This record gives sequence, structure tokens and C-alpha cells, in this order.
Amino acid sequence: MLAKLCKKAFPRSLWVYHCNSGACNGCDIEILNILTPYYDVERFGIKLVGSPRHADVMLLSGAVTRPTLPLVKKAYEAIPAPKLVFGIGSCAVGGGCWFDTYNVTGGAATAVPVNYYVPGCPPRPEAIIYGVALALGLVDKKAAPVELKQVEFPIDAYERNKAWEERNVIYELLKH
Amino acid sequence: MWLTSKIKQILMVLKPGVVTLKYPFEPRPVAKDFRGQPAWDHHKCVGCGGCAAHCPARTILVRDICQELRIMIYDGARCAYCGRCADVCPEDAIVMTEQFELATGDRDDITVTMELFMLTCQRCGRCYNMETTNMIDKMELKGFRYDHLEMRAVIPKATERFDAKVLEATERYERPRT
Repeated sequence: MLAKLCKKAFPRSLWVYHCNSGACNGCDIEILNILTPYYDVERFGIKLVGSPRHADVMLLSGAVTRPTLPLVKKAYEAIPAPKLVFGIGSCAVGGGCWFDTYNVTGGAATAVPVNYYVPGCPPRPEAIIYGVALALGLVDKKAAPVELKQVEFPIDAYERNKAWEERNVIYELLKH
Repeated sequence: MWLTSKIKQILMVLKPGVVTLKYPFEPRPVAKDFRGQPAWDHHKCVGCGGCAAHCPARTILVRDICQELRIMIYDGARCAYCGRCADVCPEDAIVMTEQFELATGDRDDITVTMELFMLTCQRCGRCYNMETTNMIDKMELKGFRYDHLEMRAVIPKATERFDAKVLEATERYERPRT
């Protein structure tokens, strides 16, 4: 009874484990930033834990470099079963500027299945909070693929071509 | 003693009040000159491809189809939001917006595709946009013309430039996966 009540009263408390897989520390500082009282994420029940065995969520920052690849996989396997992975920053999302470098596997998705992507270099603390709130279902998703199309053919191309064709009219007139 | 110190602490904390942001429930404006997701204006863009050439992460792909259509794909997955594309754009067709709420479950959600109508260069057969200060126009005025029979022999055609393998590889663009 009490357990059920607790489940209803305190839903979805995520304990996060922060994993740096060769990031430049920019994203790590922003992750630490959201744990400060100013951007207080303990409102959502989020708590930083030191071991992946205690965690529900892995915050993965950095393009997964070759030396860290087995370690990231190990840490991912150590998290108990219902688990989420957040890719924080451009490097974790798609590999950043190093997506095809020899020593980088090119993004977190190549090492572990990533559930949520938070792009940015580094992402604002608000952007990370937004990603977490998206996972908790507090906000709506705003990103959507955009397609831009020019629907009309530019009409001045015709006029310009015509002007080019009639460019020698003045010489034709001068002949007579 | 213990209790008085606690009460003191509470009074100390009460003075500044609550400093925590209510961010996901209230909007939070960005700072000045913040660089968020870049946005194209397809009315202004001339399709020069300068943004693609300058992008350090090579997020912008330019592809010509049928010599009259140029497709530009911005793949936001590895964009570093450095703003160099906005710097080099000669027409200010690409600007850095203030959109930073880009968290998503699917990487294709942050992709922008743009189709542009282009003209075909009479000399090389490749796409270009009509401009008044175009170098090709200037060359045309100096006597480089398509109807010169001597020049006609050295004009390469666009179809000669691509081999079948390249065409097939770029037929369906996909993000590089390793």
C-alpha cells in the first residue's frame, strides 16, 4: 500500500551517472551546472550518483574515443535494466568535428543505443534541462525536420536572357 | 545552541529568497549574440556553397540534381554552432537563431533540407545562380562565349565530370556511420 502510494507520489526519479568519453570538459561543466541550486534539477528527482550500478540514466558526453569505447560499453552494461542514455553535446550526438577521425568512433550512438540527443557545443544548461524534461514528459518536442523549397522559378531569368539576346539591337540600328 | 544556529541559517537563507529558475515551465531568454540553430532563408540564398566549404564539422552537403536543382542538406547532429556559415554567407541568407531547445529522440529531427533553382553555366554545364556581379558574366563580356567554335571544343560537359560510382553513392544521402 505504502509502496504503491510512494510510486504515485514520487514518479520517475532519475538517478544519473555522468560518463565522460573523451569530451573537452565543456559539456561536463554544463552538466555540473544543472546540479547547482540555480538550475536545480533535484526538483525532478534527479540525483548524481557515482556508480553506474546505482543509476537509471547515463549522461554521455564526448565523441566516444577508441580507448574509452570498451569502458563506455562496460559502464552501460553495469546499469540495471530499465535504462536511458542521454547524448550531451555535439560530440556525443553526431561526433562533432571529429566524426571521421581515426581515433574516434563517431558519436555515442556507435557505442551504445542512445535514447535522447541534446545538441549544442556545449549545450546551455537550459537545453540539458529541456532534454531531461522531454524524457520525463513535462514539455513538448520542438525540433522537427524542415524542408525549404523555392516554389516559383525566378521570372527575371527569362527577362535577362531576352536582354542578352537583344543586346546587339543598337548595332543593328546603326547599320542602316 | 544547536537550535539557534539552525534558526540563524534559516533567516540567512530567507533573505535572498528563491533563486532557482523555473525553467521548463517558464521561458528563459538567451543572452545577446547567442548562437543557436542556424536558419536558412531560401529566398535570399544564391546557392554558392560557401557555408558548406567553411563548416568545420562539414554538416552542410551540397548536391546538384539535373543541372537545375541544387539541394543543400544541413545535418544538425554534429553542428558545433560556431557561426562560421553565417559569417561567410555573402547574402546573409543564413542566420543564427536563438533556438536552443533542440533535444530530441531522433537525430533526423534537426535536419534542414533546402531546394534551390539554379541556372546552368554555359561553359562548364554546372549550376550557378544568376547574379549581376557574377565572375562568369564578367568573363562572358570579355569574349568567353559559348558560340565561339574554338572554345566549344574545350568546354567540358557536366555529365563527364561525374562517374557512375559517385552518382550512385550520393543517390540517397545518409549520415556517415562507422
